[in-house]
Amino acid sequence: MEWLESFWATYSTLVLSVGTNVLLALSIYLTLACGLLTVANAAFMGIGAYTAGLLTVHAHMPFFFALLCGSLLPASIALLIGRPTLQLSGVYLAMATLAFGEVVRILILNAEDTTGGALGLNGIPQLTGWFEVALAVFLALYVLLALARSRIGRTMKAICQDETATELMGLNVRAYKLFVFVLGGALAGLAGALNAHFTFFISPNEYGFERAVEILAMGVLGGTGSPWGAVIGGVLITLLPELLRGLGHYRPLINGVVLILIILYSPRGIWDLLRPARSVRGPAAN
Amino acid sequence: MLTLSSLSKNFGGLQVLQDVSLTIPERGIFGLIGPNGAGKTTVFNLVTGLLAPSAGIIEFYGERLNGMPPHRVTRRGIARTFQNIRIFKEMTLIENVSVPLGSRPRYGALSVLLPTRRYREAERLETELARTLLAKVGLADRAERLAGTLSYGEQRRLEIARALATEPKLLMLDEPAAGMNSSEKQQLMEEIVKLDESGLSVLIIEHDMSFIMGLCREITVLNFGSVIARGAPDEIRASSAVIEAYLGRGESPELSDG
Repeated sequence: MEWLESFWATYSTLVLSVGTNVLLALSIYLTLACGLLTVANAAFMGIGAYTAGLLTVHAHMPFFFALLCGSLLPASIALLIGRPTLQLSGVYLAMATLAFGEVVRILILNAEDTTGGALGLNGIPQLTGWFEVALAVFLALYVLLALARSRIGRTMKAICQDETATELMGLNVRAYKLFVFVLGGALAGLAGALNAHFTFFISPNEYGFERAVEILAMGVLGGTGSPWGAVIGGVLITLLPELLRGLGHYRPLINGVVLILIILYSPRGIWDLLRPARSVRGPAAN
Repeated sequence: MLTLSSLSKNFGGLQVLQDVSLTIPERGIFGLIGPNGAGKTTVFNLVTGLLAPSAGIIEFYGERLNGMPPHRVTRRGIARTFQNIRIFKEMTLIENVSVPLGSRPRYGALSVLLPTRRYREAERLETELARTLLAKVGLADRAERLAGTLSYGEQRRLEIARALATEPKLLMLDEPAAGMNSSEKQQLMEEIVKLDESGLSVLIIEHDMSFIMGLCREITVLNFGSVIARGAPDEIRASSAVIEAYLGRGESPELSDG
């Protein structure tokens, strides 16, 4: 077992990052699967990270309670901003959620007294272990797979393809959109809360535009046909930079190139490539 | 059961509908015809809540539908199809027809997470119901195919099956025969007659006159957003206002006939 210990000593942060990134990918999967282009998840992650971090650092609250608040607060904020913003669609929705992300980042940056501002929040206890992350990923994946199989997943697919037609089938499309947005906010917040408790230090800029795009890339790369697509995307986007370590500062560039290639050659993500059985069923799908 | 009273719709300065009144009683097949741009689809969009009327009242079984969101209008018992087919192409036929069934779940949201026997039973019943509806429009043998692989006429029939899954009292069909060949049209006519016999009211927009004349008990004719004629097929055929709307005013009797 010695090799395991040394492996963990070297790679524990990476393994835990894979887990939290899978959570983030699952959070964006929820909205993407409904055809909603939202990029607020980085901000939800930040709210979750700061909420949980402040609770353990300053208020000395139990870790579990901090995690709970770290996902409930972003979910409540998602509920609040979801009602007006989800009436938008396409690029406008993306712009509105992007603006929300900037508002959150700047708020954290300027609330120096509580958040530490640009200097970040230091000395967060390292409470996140493999067990918490594994449990969170397992539960999230279980719930999302169950949803995807059920009438709720079927409705999400329908909304993605034709919102108006779905509404005229007697389904409250707005309620469904709000539901996935809020659940996505909770998951992203949980990912942030877990992440903060193994990185020791967080700062507002970790939850800005770059992170938002990274989360989006995980969702698009993996594909939105199934929660498994998000898992693939989350794992790949986390491991790719490690595999390309030699490229140094060019790593984000490679991320971009990989994303462009996937969008060009398999617009529905890697999951769709791995599962060709579906299109074989009917002859000559156009 | 459906009553439109003095319904008007403007898009900015453009008056699409002016003072349209229309009554659809329970049971029966009714037609809504008129030249392109007469406002027929706008009537459908107003009734189903996709558009809000500029003036006038829409009532269904005495309840006002003005301002009601589309999903609630559907739940009251009004279903429709679209002129430009709007099926879910990347879902199977069974899934397509099952989507509306999700608005009347037979199980709670929690059982989605912990599938009980009752949940599985309810799911099985849904699939069975979806199959029955597909059989009604003659698509049972294609149930597992992706909807996008169907022919044009089949897609229109799938759309009808999906509309029926909402358990409507009034079914509104927007050009159901468009793009169909004559044998498909014949088959569709028979299916619509069966729907009427099962107790539904059907309101059809259609350009194919033999289709409309052969099916409908009463026809309303729209032109430039106003009702210009209403009556039985024979009366419509003989109406000078209708002939003028479709063919234009002739200089001489021979011309207006041709």
